[in-house]
Amino acid sequence: MYEFDWSSIPRSLPFLWQGLTVSFAITAVALVVGILWGTALALMRLSSVKPLSWFAAGYVNLFRSVPLVMVLLWFFLIVPQFLQNLFGLGRAADTRLISAMVGFALFEAAYYSEIIRAGIQSVSKGQLAAAAALGMTYGQSMRLVVLPQAFRNMVPLLLTQAIILFQDTSLVYVSALADFFGAAYKVGDRDGRIVELLLFAGAVYFVLCYGASYAVRRLQQRMTP
Amino acid sequence: MNYHWNWAVFFQSTPSGGATYLEWIWSGVQVTVALSLSAWLMALLLGSLVGVLRTTPNRWFAGIAAGYVEVFRNIPLLAQLFIWYFVLPELVPGGERFKQIHPVAQQFIAAMVCLGFFTSARVAEQVRAGVESLARGQKAAAVALGFTLPQTYRYVLLPMAYRIIVPPLTSEFLNIFKNSAVCSTIGLLELAAMGRQLVDYTAQPYESFIVITLLYVAINVVVMLLMRQVEKRAHIPGYIGSGK
Repeated sequence: MYEFDWSSIPRSLPFLWQGLTVSFAITAVALVVGILWGTALALMRLSSVKPLSWFAAGYVNLFRSVPLVMVLLWFFLIVPQFLQNLFGLGRAADTRLISAMVGFALFEAAYYSEIIRAGIQSVSKGQLAAAAALGMTYGQSMRLVVLPQAFRNMVPLLLTQAIILFQDTSLVYVSALADFFGAAYKVGDRDGRIVELLLFAGAVYFVLCYGASYAVRRLQQRMTP
Repeated sequence: MNYHWNWAVFFQSTPSGGATYLEWIWSGVQVTVALSLSAWLMALLLGSLVGVLRTTPNRWFAGIAAGYVEVFRNIPLLAQLFIWYFVLPELVPGGERFKQIHPVAQQFIAAMVCLGFFTSARVAEQVRAGVESLARGQKAAAVALGFTLPQTYRYVLLPMAYRIIVPPLTSEFLNIFKNSAVCSTIGLLELAAMGRQLVDYTAQPYESFIVITLLYVAINVVVMLLMRQVEKRAHIPGYIGSGK
């Protein structure tokens, strides 16, 4: 029978905490950039300018049909070279965190844009007509009338997607970047305590994500009258 | 940037023997498809069972099924995969025997079980949503006709529910192919892992990744076209378009 020894977890808590902050940082950047770029993509997709809407459709469909692991591998391959050329960095410079953030932001934007597009389309047409009747331009009516209502309806979905995003950040493992999961794996590997560390990591993710999804559900109940 | 493109690289033979790199890629495609299909079968069966349990009047069953869904939805896929592959063989009886079988079989089984359980929680949610979307009168009518609970599900609720949830199931089916790429992390030589191996061996990263990425897109397109046919045949007359 396996004998558990949990002693390496308390000892490495600072390292694990550092990993968790990396996970949070990637989530936060990808969330903010993803929603901004996703909104732009959704507006392009709904635009009457055909090339814009084709571009957005192509972008979204491409990213949605490729595994996240592949997207991350691409970004760990390309972004470092790009940054090195741009800033004349040495080959040794660690660009993995930036690569991960860029990769996640561009990938998540495709998913966010679909949520936002549905949100915009759920606003009734009369709103646009009313804004036009008040003499607003298209840009004004989107910014002042449609998007505020759309975002209000979308908050629960956007937050649920953020929880999925937080779980997905563990995939930066493919670049050996020490996010929370990577840190836990490294400690387990070092101390020969992979069983305990993986169970601990799973439990931490579960508590965080279950708590967050419970909060989202409460919010949703409060929002629906 | 002066990168030397060389698309002929796929026809060169690999260092390990007579096979060309193209054959490596093809074997990666086969593993990805076999893994995804077997995991999907598992997810459909398990997910249906759990989804049905969640809608039964029995509180214990419904509670256990809800807990099942929460566990598999709130732990990252990568963490689940590592727990199936590295942790469970240490803890459960019979784990020793598992560790003695062929390493590739170990990887494949762990990956299939992991993807199967992970996706089953999502399928369960769709099945539940499908059953709950039916008019209450359907169940009441079945009870009035003297159907037992299993009969009500078998003949009345599930045949309708499955046809309603074909579109969301399609996207879960597509997800399982994409999620299977995560299994490259335990060393299973599926498509994504072949891509990385190609980069290491050929030093032609762009060609390798472009081909692998396009293959994922191609798998996606094929599955989508197939499911569109299924959707057409499963469409319930009188319902508006797709269910979601």
